[in-house]
Amino acid sequence: MQTGAGFFGSSIGKKIVMAITGILLVGFVTVHMIGNLQLYLPAHEGVYALDTYGEFLRTLLHGSGIWIARATLLTAAILHIWAAWGLTLMNRAARPVAYQNQAYVASTFASRWMRVSGVVVLIFIIVHLLHLTVGNLLPGFEQGKVFHNVVTGFQVPWVSAFYILAMVFFATHLHHGIWSMLQTLGLSHPRYNGLRHGLATLLTIVVIGGNISFPIAVLTGFVR
Amino acid sequence: MSAEKTLNLTLKVWRQKNAASEGGFETYAAPGVSTDMSFLEMLDVVNEGLITQGAEPIAFDHDCREGICGTCSMVINGRPHGPKERTTACQLHVRSFKDGDTISIEPWRAKAFPVRKDLVVDRSAFDRIIAAGGFISAPTGSAQDANALPIPKENADLAMDAAACIGCGACVAVCPNASAMLFVSAKISQLALLPQGQPERYIRVRDMVAQMDAEEFGSCTNHGECETACPKGISLENIARMNRDYLKASLIYRPKVATGGAG
Amino acid sequence: MELKSNIPDGPLEKKWEKYRNDMKLVNPANKRKYKIIVVGSGLAGASAAASMAELGYEVECFCYQDSPRRAHSIAAQGGINAAKNYHNDGDSVFRLFYDTVKGGDFRAREANVHRLAEVSVNIIDQCVAQGVPFAREYGGLLDNRSFGGAQVSRTFYARGQTGQQLLLGAYQALERQIGLGKVKMHTRHEMQELILVDGVAKGIVTRDMLTGEIESHLAHAVCLATGGYAPVFFLSTNAMGCNTTAIWRAYKKGAAFANPCYTQIHPTCIPVTGDHQSKLTLMSESLRNDGRVWVPKKPGDKRAPKDIPEDERDYYLERKYPSYGNLAPRDIASRAAKEACDNGLGVGETGRGVYLDFADSIKRLGQPAIEEKYGNLFEMYERITDENPYKVPMRIYPAAHYTMGGLWVDYNLMSTIPGLFVMGEANFSDHGANRLGASALMQGLADGYFVAPYTVGNYLAGVKSGPVVAADHAAVKAAETAVKERIDKLMAIKGKKTPTHFHRELGKIMWEHCGMARTEAGLKKALELIPKLREEFWSDLLVSGTGDELNQSLERAGRVADFFELGELMCLDALERRESCGGHFREESQTPDGEAQRDDANFCHVAAWEYKGEGQVPERHVEPLAFESVHLATRSYK
Repeated sequence: MQTGAGFFGSSIGKKIVMAITGILLVGFVTVHMIGNLQLYLPAHEGVYALDTYGEFLRTLLHGSGIWIARATLLTAAILHIWAAWGLTLMNRAARPVAYQNQAYVASTFASRWMRVSGVVVLIFIIVHLLHLTVGNLLPGFEQGKVFHNVVTGFQVPWVSAFYILAMVFFATHLHHGIWSMLQTLGLSHPRYNGLRHGLATLLTIVVIGGNISFPIAVLTGFVR
Repeated sequence: MSAEKTLNLTLKVWRQKNAASEGGFETYAAPGVSTDMSFLEMLDVVNEGLITQGAEPIAFDHDCREGICGTCSMVINGRPHGPKERTTACQLHVRSFKDGDTISIEPWRAKAFPVRKDLVVDRSAFDRIIAAGGFISAPTGSAQDANALPIPKENADLAMDAAACIGCGACVAVCPNASAMLFVSAKISQLALLPQGQPERYIRVRDMVAQMDAEEFGSCTNHGECETACPKGISLENIARMNRDYLKASLIYRPKVATGGAG
Repeated sequence: MELKSNIPDGPLEKKWEKYRNDMKLVNPANKRKYKIIVVGSGLAGASAAASMAELGYEVECFCYQDSPRRAHSIAAQGGINAAKNYHNDGDSVFRLFYDTVKGGDFRAREANVHRLAEVSVNIIDQCVAQGVPFAREYGGLLDNRSFGGAQVSRTFYARGQTGQQLLLGAYQALERQIGLGKVKMHTRHEMQELILVDGVAKGIVTRDMLTGEIESHLAHAVCLATGGYAPVFFLSTNAMGCNTTAIWRAYKKGAAFANPCYTQIHPTCIPVTGDHQSKLTLMSESLRNDGRVWVPKKPGDKRAPKDIPEDERDYYLERKYPSYGNLAPRDIASRAAKEACDNGLGVGETGRGVYLDFADSIKRLGQPAIEEKYGNLFEMYERITDENPYKVPMRIYPAAHYTMGGLWVDYNLMSTIPGLFVMGEANFSDHGANRLGASALMQGLADGYFVAPYTVGNYLAGVKSGPVVAADHAAVKAAETAVKERIDKLMAIKGKKTPTHFHRELGKIMWEHCGMARTEAGLKKALELIPKLREEFWSDLLVSGTGDELNQSLERAGRVADFFELGELMCLDALERRESCGGHFREESQTPDGEAQRDDANFCHVAAWEYKGEGQVPERHVEPLAFESVHLATRSYK
C-alpha cells in the first residue's frame, strides 16, 4: 500500500537529508571557526599563523584536499537547500487558508524564521566567498595573504557590520537547526532531552561567538 | 462550587455555508453566560437564539463533551481547543474568560482537513492513515493467552501515553506547517513499544508515513507547537521515535515482493 | 408474535459449545457473496464489522460520527470484566456468570449470560494481541481491580480510558479491513429506516449528514449496534449524538422492544449546575475502590466538609451494606444517594449531591498512589467544577447512564425480524434489570468478536447468496419515501420552539416520573404529559435551514421525535412491571427497610413490546425466565 515516492520523496526522508547534511555543515562551521582562531596567534618570523594555515589547506593532498572538501560541502549545501525547498513547498500547500488569529506558544523566532535565516546565510556565504576566496569584493585583495585580507576587509565598517548581522541570523539558524537535527534523526531520550537544547545553545554560542569576535577584534584594533 | 457569575462575551465566528462557498467572520453577542457553562454550552445558547430568530445556527462538531471522543474541533483565540492546557474545547469552561472579552472561533485549517460547514471539517485523512498501517494484524480468535507475553510496565505505560491520543487533529491545526506527525507518531510509537507490534513495525511506519504524505499534510520542522496544543499531552518524543523507525525502515527494509502461495 | 429464544439444550456450560458444534457454516469461497450491514461503530459494531470482514463477508458499516473511532464506547472509563482468575482470588466463569445474573436482579437469560462469561476470557486475549495497553504490574503481567457488585478482582483496565483503548483496538481492526477493501465505511450517515422485504431485514435507508441525500443500502443481514437510549432523559452521561432512532425504526417495523424501563442511573456523576447544562459527566465507578461516600448527619448542614467532624458524618453505604460497602452495585448506590438528598442531607448549592471523599485513602496510600490510579479523573473533575478533589471531597450525584432494555433478541442475537441482529447496548440480553460495572465493554465486545460472527453466519447459511433485491423494489422505494416525508414534515412545521427545548422538557418528565424511583401515579401522569408535549412538538417545532445540507437542528429534531415515542413506551413498561428489580424501582414494591422487592411469582419474565401502529397501544408479550443453574434469591449486598 506504499503510495509515496520512496525515501527522498517522503517528508521524513527529506527531513533526514536536511539533518545529515546539517551535521556536515555544522561540523564544517565549527572546524572553520576553530581554524580561524589562529587570527589571534602572533606572527612567527613575519609569517602569520593564519597564512600558514591557509597554505596548509590549499596544499593538502597535493592540492586535491581542498577540492574534495569543497565538493562535499557544495553537495551538502545543495541537498540541504533542495530538501528545504521541497519541504517548504509542501508546508505552504498544507495550509492554503491562513488563520485570522493564531497564537504561538512553543515555537520560537528561530524556528519560524528558518527559511529567512537560511537565505541570509546563503547570501552571506556568497559574499564571504567573494570576499576572501575569490577576492573581488574589495580592492587590495592579495592571494595567499589571508591575515592581511581579513584585517583589511574587516576594517571597512560595512563589511564588519554585514558579517555581524549575518552571524545573528546564522545563530538562530544554528540553534534551531542543531536541536532539530537531533530530533529528526530520532536522537531523543527523556533523560538526555534537556542536554539537546543545552548542546544547541553551547555550540551556537561557541561558533557564533568565535566568528563575531573576528570583525570586532579588527574594528577595535585588538588585531591589526 | 464557585458562586454563579455571568459574563458578557462577544464572539467572532467563522461562517461558511459549505465546502464550495467562501467563508467569513460573523459577530454574535453572548450576553449573560454563566461561568459554570462549558464553552460548547455557551455556543448552544447562542445557537438556540439564532434558531428562534430564524437564522442558521453555527455548525460545530461535538459529541461526548467529556474530552475523550476527539470530535470537537475549533480554534479559539488562535489556539486549538482554546487557551487552557490539556483541555478540549468541550471541557473548556466559560470561567476561563473575562467579562467583555471578544473571542474568535475558527475551524481547523489544513488542506487535508477541508471545511464542510462553519466550524465542521473533514478529518477522514486520519482514518486513512490508520487504515494504511495503524494496527496490529491479529484477526479475531487468533490470540494467545493475554498473560503469555509479559510486557515491562514502563513500556506498557509509555505505550499508553502514546495511545491516549484522541485523534482530534489539534496538532495539525496548531502546527505552522499543518503537519500530522504528532498524530501519526503517537500510533506508531504505541505499537512499536509493544512486543505485539514488532512483526509489522517497519512496514507500518513506512506505509503510514506514505499515506500521511499522500494526504498532503505538511512536514515537521520541530516547532513543538503540537505538543503544547495536544489536549492529551502527547510528547514530541514520539516524533523522534517515528523518525528513527522510518530511517531504519528505509535503510534495512526490502521492498515488498510478490511471493507465490503454496498450492 | 412468538418469542422463541432458541437456546440450545443441554447443560448450561455446554450450550455454547453445542451451538458451535451444530451451527451451519458458509463455505469460505461463498462468504464474499454475502453482504452484511453493521450500523454503529462502537465496541460491538466495530468488532463485529472487523471480525465478519476477516471471515470473508462483504461488510458495510455506518456511523453518525465523522470517524468510527468516536463512537461513545470511547468514553467508558473504568474497565472490562473477565473471568481470568489471574489474581487467584477464586474467580471462575461460573462466578462471573452468577455475579452478572445476580447483579441484574435475576431478570436476564441464563444461557446468554453464561456465554458472555465464557467468552470474556477470549476478549482480553484478543485485545492484548491488538496492542491494547492494559495496566500491568512491574512483573509485566496484567493488573486487575475491583468493581461494584463483585468480591473478586476481575476488572482489566487501561488507566481511566479503558473504553477508549478497547475501542481503538476494534477501530484499528476495522480500519485494517477498510484498507483491505473488505469493509466499506460510511461516516456521517444516520440510519433512518429499516428495509423489510417479505418480513425479512434486507437493508437500511440512511441520510448523508453532509449532503442530506437519502440513500438505500441492501444486504443479506442487518446488524444494529447503535447503543443505548439514555439521552431520553435529556441529561445523561451519553454523548450528545446518542439516539434511539435506529432501534426505534426497527421496533416500528416489527422488532419487539424488551424491557424498555430498565435504565441504569449511575451513582457517581458530577452534579447538575444549572439549566444550561447539556450533559453530565461520569466519574468512574472505580473511584469507589478508594473513595468513601458520605453526607452530613444533620439536614441542611452547610459547613465546609472539612469542618464536619467524623461523628457527624454518615457513611451510609458502609453502614447499610457492610460487606460490599462503597462498592455496592450501581442501582443500590444511586437510590441510596437519592434517598439521602430527599431527606435533606444533600450537599452543594443545589442540595442534590453527596461527598465522595478520598482523604482517608490519601492518608493511607499517599497522594502519588491516588494520582497514579485516578489522576486523569481528578483532573477532569477539577476542569469541570474548578475544585481540587485532592483537597475537597468530590461531589457526586446519580445520572442516567446506560439502558439495559433494548430490542429483544434470541440466543442468536437476532430480533423478532429475521435477518435483523442486534448487539451491544442496543439489545436487551445480558444485564437483566441492572448492569454491573465493567460489564458493558465485556458485552459489546463479546457480541461483536465472538458471538455475532458465528450466529450471523449460521443465519446466512440458510439465505440465498448473490443480489439481495432490486434497488427499485417497491419495499425499498417505500422506505425511502417514508424517510423523505418524515424529514419534510419536520421541516414544514415552522413553529417557534427548538428541538433542544422539547428534548429538555421531555427529559424533565422522564427524570421525574421514570427515573430512579417510579410510582403508579407518576407514571400515569407521565403518560398524560408526554403525548401532550409530543403534540406540541409536532405543531410548534422550529427547525432551521433545509433538509439537503449539514443541518444539526434537523438531526436533533429527528432524534427527539423518536425519544418522545420511546419515552412513552418506557413509562408504559414501567407501569406494567409492578415490582422493583434492579434499576427499576417501584415505590409500591419495597421491603420495610427500603430495598427493592421483586415479585418473582408475577414478573420473572422479559416484557417484549410489539408495535401495533400509530396511535395504538403496543402489545406486551412475555418471555418467561427459567433459572436452572442459579437459585432465585433475594439480592443482598449487606
